[in-house]
Amino acid sequence: MEDSLRELYQEVILDHGKNPRNFARPQNTNYQADGNNPLCGDRLTIFVKLGADNIIEDVGFDGRGCAISIASASIMTDIVKGRSIEQIDILFSIFHKMCTGEDFGKAPSEFEDDIDKLMVMSGVKQFPMRVKCATLSWHAMQAAVRGDEIASTE
Amino acid sequence: MTFEIENRISASSGDYNIGLIRDDFPALSLECNGYPLAFLDSGASAQKPSKVLERMDHAYRNEYANVHRGAYTLSQQATDNYEHARKTVADFMNAKTADEIIFTRNVTSAINLVAHSYGRNFLKAGDEVIISHMEHHANIVPWQLLMEAIGIELKIAPIDDAGNFLLEDFEKLLSPKTKLVAITHVSNVLGTIVPIKTIVQLARKVGAKVLIDGCQGIVHEGVDVQSLDADFYAFTGHKLYGPSGIGVLWGKIDILNSMPPYEGGGDMIETVTFEKSTFRDAPARFEAGTPPIIEAVGLASAIDYVTDVGMDNIAIHENNILKYATSCLSAIEGLRIIGNAEKKIGIISFELDGIHPHDISTIIDSKGVAVRAGHHCAQPLMDRFGVPATTRASFGMYTNEGDIDQLAEALNYAKGIFG
Repeated sequence: MEDSLRELYQEVILDHGKNPRNFARPQNTNYQADGNNPLCGDRLTIFVKLGADNIIEDVGFDGRGCAISIASASIMTDIVKGRSIEQIDILFSIFHKMCTGEDFGKAPSEFEDDIDKLMVMSGVKQFPMRVKCATLSWHAMQAAVRGDEIASTE
Repeated sequence: MTFEIENRISASSGDYNIGLIRDDFPALSLECNGYPLAFLDSGASAQKPSKVLERMDHAYRNEYANVHRGAYTLSQQATDNYEHARKTVADFMNAKTADEIIFTRNVTSAINLVAHSYGRNFLKAGDEVIISHMEHHANIVPWQLLMEAIGIELKIAPIDDAGNFLLEDFEKLLSPKTKLVAITHVSNVLGTIVPIKTIVQLARKVGAKVLIDGCQGIVHEGVDVQSLDADFYAFTGHKLYGPSGIGVLWGKIDILNSMPPYEGGGDMIETVTFEKSTFRDAPARFEAGTPPIIEAVGLASAIDYVTDVGMDNIAIHENNILKYATSCLSAIEGLRIIGNAEKKIGIISFELDGIHPHDISTIIDSKGVAVRAGHHCAQPLMDRFGVPATTRASFGMYTNEGDIDQLAEALNYAKGIFG
């Protein structure tokens, strides 16, 4: 148990949790969505600047949440910049499987670096009740680029 | 059995024999992640003594049939058990008659029953319902639904920064337009004991009816509904060391019998034709369909158990644990207790600098400590204190100082991880 716990709360995550990247609303964003976890009341807002070719030009977030949800949002916002909506869907699908301990097969080589970065979150698979914390920002991201205003983990 | 229970309270000194009490609760000897379980979430749901579990098992094996239906011996016995449970609950609350006791699913369904049956028939647009700032969602949302349905107004009685109910501000909200006051007996987040008797007296002056949410209150200080003189009082079995799936709505008999049914079905009717049905008096009117039969037996057994130990003895013990825990937790640097009312029960909600309650809960679980993290179904109260969530340790009749020490140690471990 303590090993699993140390894996979950490893330095990288604690650092992202305490000093989140992209923790602000960027200039000229054109899409945003709230992510709500009604079980715990955590709430994040994702701000996106989406280019004409469906590429994420800039992204940021604010809100309140646990170390896992903030770290996950921080890592996600680092990764999705420059990616297309379709690529984000693929990445989220891989990340979701990573968090629930499912086999996500061989990822396309273009995502190798991203997947390495996301792997630090994979410790959450030992804590099923915390998977929603890790995926909250991704749900909000998808809602934002689809033009929905609210994403819920429920 | 009586002799065994008496041993739990030493005859000479009145001391509470916590060791013997804990032996009665099988869940307390569980291990969790390699540590003895420190169960500090009784406010969400309490563990059950063997006596309750055995009584329910016995009833399922030997005394089970549907109630109020069969003309055979087994059904008569099941019916007798069920109605005996109603009498046990009535005596426990000092109700005038067992007919005032309606078995529901839980407190949520009890409050919804009142909001629908009483609310939609005796309240009208513009009437005011007063709740407090520290209500559980179960005592907020049914009134909001009623507001949307018939246009009542909802007023919120404030609390101070320590979590005390502000009687003077409450009094100012009262007017001839106030038709119902729906207030919790004890806050499930702050532990505040609300001055419900004074609230009833003040509400009476303007002719308002009063509903008390007794979820936490009855467990820690009991209730005498005749002395309290409210109109409705609701509580749930599973927080009182009984089974889940059963709750109680007490109401004054005249009011109950003036209210229309909430749910229609079997067991609540006098006659049914396709043109019209007529309904029985309370409690049957409000117990449509097969009720929680064995849950009622279990609840009665739980009430016998706490009554034998003594509600006063339990309250003294829990108060001692509250003092001990308050002192232990206050000594942890960076920990802020939310809810410091003058009168409170064994519930401590807190924040720990820089660590979110969910992270705390996951980390201290690895040390065998079970607490609740989140908004505790009281989001307006979280907003009042400017926090998204808290960690809550809540105590029961079986909580001991060892549980508190284990909690304090685990919190220091969590602080270590977060540096």
